[in-house]
Amino acid sequence: MGLRVAVTGGTSGLGRALVDALSERGDAVAFVARTLEPVREVAERWPRAHGIVGDVARKEDVHPIAMRVNAALGGLDVLVNNASSLGPVPLAPLADTECEELEEALATNLVGPFRLTKALLGALAASAREGRPALVINVVSDAAVNAYPGWGAYGASKAALLHMSRIWDVELRPHGVSVRAVDPGDMDTPLHALAVPDADPASLKRPEESARQIVALIDAAWATARPLDVE
Amino acid sequence: MIRPAARPRQRPPDGRLLLVGADGSLQHAARAALADHLRPGDLLVANDAATLPASLFGIHEPTGEAIEVRLAGRPSLDGAVVERFTAVVFGAGDHRTRTEDRSAPPPLRRSDELLLGPLRAVVVRLLGHPRLAELRLHGTPDEFWHGVALHGRPIQYAHVHEPLVLWDVWTSVAGPPVAFEPPSASFVLDWGMLAGLRERGVTFSTITLAAGISSTGDPELDRRLPLDEPYRVPSSTAREVARARERGGRVIALGTTVVRALEHAASVAGLVRPGAGLATRRIGPATRLRVVDVLITGVHAPGESHHELLRAFAADDLLGRAVAAMQRAGYRSHEFGDSMLVERKPDGGARARERMSIRTGSVRQEG
Repeated sequence: MGLRVAVTGGTSGLGRALVDALSERGDAVAFVARTLEPVREVAERWPRAHGIVGDVARKEDVHPIAMRVNAALGGLDVLVNNASSLGPVPLAPLADTECEELEEALATNLVGPFRLTKALLGALAASAREGRPALVINVVSDAAVNAYPGWGAYGASKAALLHMSRIWDVELRPHGVSVRAVDPGDMDTPLHALAVPDADPASLKRPEESARQIVALIDAAWATARPLDVE
Repeated sequence: MIRPAARPRQRPPDGRLLLVGADGSLQHAARAALADHLRPGDLLVANDAATLPASLFGIHEPTGEAIEVRLAGRPSLDGAVVERFTAVVFGAGDHRTRTEDRSAPPPLRRSDELLLGPLRAVVVRLLGHPRLAELRLHGTPDEFWHGVALHGRPIQYAHVHEPLVLWDVWTSVAGPPVAFEPPSASFVLDWGMLAGLRERGVTFSTITLAAGISSTGDPELDRRLPLDEPYRVPSSTAREVARARERGGRVIALGTTVVRALEHAASVAGLVRPGAGLATRRIGPATRLRVVDVLITGVHAPGESHHELLRAFAADDLLGRAVAAMQRAGYRSHEFGDSMLVERKPDGGARARERMSIRTGSVRQEG
């Protein structure tokens, strides 16, 4: 059996590139996005992938998403929390960021991945017990580490996700689940175009290249997976 | 009469646990300290089924009358096999009316169409009772799951007033969405307890069993419960059962569904066979348990279907004393209630002898 992978924000940018790369090689893929049309379009491209319409930022959506991931894949080896929100668009200094815009960035970039990881933890730990990989990849950014003016809501929420990933990883180790934060670099994606409309695409990384790096990380986890052993 | 717990709290801080010893002893304990009563070398097995929102409100198309369909069984655990379900159908009303007082559905006939929000089903046949039917759901598996996620609600009963949502009924370890009602013995688990058990040298494994509904409100139908339930035993779990046996550890089932799965999986060879199965057999006072040494379950009183299963573990007089003790101490019953831990009654060494003969290669079936 190939890998069973769920990707949020799976219809554009890095998420879409990941769905393409994983589907191409025959992994079982479920992808989540907020709007029906793009989900349909990706599902038409990859008829064996499962498209799920839902918003990880909405509390009420998270368990239905987790249910559909489990039903579609019959379990889960890898969760990629990729869906991201910039906060204010166009980017704004923190002093001009509305509280609601900060909350929106936190809901998508921090609380959503937290809830979805929790809801899928049973499936991931079951995978670990069966000697399969059990991996959560949280997509972060160098804005989580560096203080870029204008990136306050996004940077603060990604910094929190980065740190939460570290704590998850330590706490879940006894259960066989690994949690990694990955910075895919500045990519030529719709999200980046929203943030920096006049950026030269040629200076940016292709999302396909970042997707390849994440797939390599997943494969490394697969190669080293061992059944959990109490003795 | 033990009163049901009315609030949907999975781990109330004042939860109780009654320890029912194989020697006839009864002891009250704190439910949160469950791990203290497990020993190094033991294996704890839980049912990791997530609960699907199996209550679907809708319309009986031929009459236009309101109905509630409660999905209650299907032959497979496979998320792609969601065409046929066994279902209990009620007339108008909802969980706030006690199930036994719920109105009957309009007379159901073969080929009747049922409109259930975004889902559409057809009655394939009645199953020997006016409110038990086999349904065929229209649409693809993805459409089914989309519709259930959008429209379905967790099945619930009048003892809990507030409407339940999925996070109320999913255990911490929930995975495959195949249960029609929660495997509620696992509500006691959280990840801190699991880490603590591991530190104590207790192993943790899971099975998946599509737990069916616990009550239909109709005594005649209730006597047919539990319906046949598909299950799966991962190979890692079968291996851990064998290893627990070898080191002299106990196999501890968290919930009656775990007993059903493990005992059924061992019913042919005496050893737990990994893979998929259909738990058909009922477990009761005449059953000789082959695998499970200890059962942790909710509070069940005589007359409930789960109580029959308890009788395989302990003699009736001991169970009677246990129920009386829980009543005196104000225990709460039902899915959000207190728990009991029941050790299997001594079998005079028959099982140890059988195990020995299995190990030496001569499989001897007894009873």
